[in-house]
Amino acid sequence: MPDQPFRVLPAVTSDNEHFWRGGEHGELRFLHCAACGTWIHPPQPRCPSCLSTEVAPRASSGRGRVLTYTVNHQPWYPGLDPPYVVAIVELDDQEGLRLTTNIVGIEPDRVEFDQRVRVTFEEYPDRDGSVWLPFFEPDPDAGGPVARGAQGGTP
Amino acid sequence: MSWTEIGERRAVVSGVGQSQIGRRIYRDPLGLTLDACLAAVEHAGLQLSDIDGLATYPGNMNIPPGFSGVGIAEVHDALRLELNWFAGGLELPGQLGAVANAVAAVATGLCNHVLCFRTVWEASAQGDAGRASVTMGGGGGGGGGGGYRATSFMQWSLPFGAPSAANWIGMMANLHFHRYGTTREQLAWIALNSRRNAEINPTAIYRTPMTMDDYLGVRMISDPLCLYDCDVPADGSTAVIVSRGDAAADLRRPPVRIEALGTALRGRPSWDQFDDLTTMALRDAAAMMWERTDLTPEQVHVAELYDGFSFITLSWLEALGFCARGEGGPFVDGGTRIAREAAGVPGSVALNTHGGQLSAGRLHGFGFLHEACLQLWGEAGERQVRIDGGDPSVGIAAAGGGPLAAAFLLRTD
Repeated sequence: MPDQPFRVLPAVTSDNEHFWRGGEHGELRFLHCAACGTWIHPPQPRCPSCLSTEVAPRASSGRGRVLTYTVNHQPWYPGLDPPYVVAIVELDDQEGLRLTTNIVGIEPDRVEFDQRVRVTFEEYPDRDGSVWLPFFEPDPDAGGPVARGAQGGTP
Repeated sequence: MSWTEIGERRAVVSGVGQSQIGRRIYRDPLGLTLDACLAAVEHAGLQLSDIDGLATYPGNMNIPPGFSGVGIAEVHDALRLELNWFAGGLELPGQLGAVANAVAAVATGLCNHVLCFRTVWEASAQGDAGRASVTMGGGGGGGGGGGYRATSFMQWSLPFGAPSAANWIGMMANLHFHRYGTTREQLAWIALNSRRNAEINPTAIYRTPMTMDDYLGVRMISDPLCLYDCDVPADGSTAVIVSRGDAAADLRRPPVRIEALGTALRGRPSWDQFDDLTTMALRDAAAMMWERTDLTPEQVHVAELYDGFSFITLSWLEALGFCARGEGGPFVDGGTRIAREAAGVPGSVALNTHGGQLSAGRLHGFGFLHEACLQLWGEAGERQVRIDGGDPSVGIAAAGGGPLAAAFLLRTD
C-alpha cells in the first residue's frame, strides 16, 4: 500500500500481538482477567487488580469517548502530513481503559471532548506480517458528545 | 502521610557552575561538562580531591541525539576522581532525580561532596534541520518505512504520529483549557515572563523582547501549544555540588540548605495512563515536598519551575499551591504575580527568574536548581530578586513533566 501515510510501526511480540493484529478480525483486543474481570493495558503478565495470572486477550467493545486530544500541526515525519488529531480515548468497557490514538473520518477542528467514537483499523504491511493500527472515528450510532463521566449506550 | 525523618536536611548545595551556553556551538559535550564541573568546584571553594561522589541524569546515552553524550565514567576518568559513591541513569523522578540521589548519598554518609551534572548538546545535534529532524523512528517513505520498530512505551504513541512530548503535554493543556477555561492569552504569560527575565540574563539564548502579538502570531505545534510554548534546544552543561551539611560548614559561602524533597509518583508511571491528565507526577512530588516541611507556599520568594513546555509550569504553580487547582490561568494572567518584582508580595512569587528553558535554553532541569541557588546567594546579577532590600531566603527548584517530577524546597535563613 504505497499510498499510505508514513507510520512508525510497532515491534510485534507474543506479548502485544493481540493488540496490534486484532484488527485483522475487526477486534480491538486487550488483556482481560478471567479471575476478576479487569481489563489490562498495556499488557502485563499479572492482573494489576488481583495479581492473577489468568489474563488473556479479549475483544473490547471498540467504542468509547474522547478524553482529550490535540491537533498536531508539526510535520514530525515526512510522509505523514499535519494537521491530524492525536487523542486519548477511553473505552466503554472499563473506566480507565484507554489508549493514545488518532481520530479520523472528521475534520480536525470538529473533534470535541467526550465525543463518542468507535474503532476503525488500517492495515500496514510489515516484513514479518501486517499490523492493524487502531484509529477511532465518530460513532454513527451515537448522538453528539456525552456528558463527562457518562458511560455511553454501547450495544 | 506522616514522615518520621527528614534526612535531606543533612544535605546542602555548596556550589554551582555552568559552561558556555548557546545554540549550535559545536563543542565536545565532555568539554562542556568539565567546564561546568570545574566552575562548580571552584564556586564552592573545594578542591577536586574533596569530590568523592558523582551523579548525573540520564547517563551516557544519545537517543535522541544530543540528549546527553556524557556519563559518569567519562567525567570520573577525565578528572581522575576518587569516588566513594556514584550513580547515573534515566529511571529517576525527573532530571533532578540525580540530585535527589546525591542528597540521599550524603545524608546516609556514603560520601561528603557529590558533583552532580547534566549536559545537553541538542542544538548542535539537530544542526540546521531543526528538532523534527531527529524525530524517533523518522526515515521517510510511504507506509511503514525505515528499519526502526517502536518498542516499550513508545510503541503506544509513535504509530499515531505522536513522537513528541509536545503532543502528550498538548493533550494535557487542552484538557485543562476545556475543564477550567484556561486560554492561550493566559498561558502566554509564562513565555512572556520568561522572556522578560531573559532580557537581562547575559547567558540566556533569546533576549529580545517578546510581545503578546508575537506569541499569538507564531505557528502552532500541537494545539494549544505554539512554538513559544516549547523550550529552545541548547548546548550547555550545569553542575551543582551537594555536600554533607557538617562537611560544608567552612566553605566559601553559606550553604543552601535542603528543607524538603518531593520525589513521589503515586499514580501510574505513564504519559497517557496516569489518573489525572492535567497534573501527572508533579502533583505527587509537590504534595510530598509540602508533607515534609512546616513552610508554606506563602513563604516562598522564588520559584524556578520546569518549562519544557509552558503548560508544565502552569501545572507546577497549581500543584505547589501558589494558586488553586485550575486557577493557573488567572494566576499568571497579566504577569504581575509572577514577575521578579512580585517576590515577597502576598499571593505572588518570582517565577523562572533566569528565563527558564523557554528563553534561557533547554538545560534540562538543572538550570532551575542553578538559578534558585544563585538567587538565594544573591549572585544573580541584574536579575537578582530583592526582598525588603535583601536577598530571598526561600526558593523552590522543580523539574519534570509527565511521569517525571522532583521538587526541592531550599532555604538560607
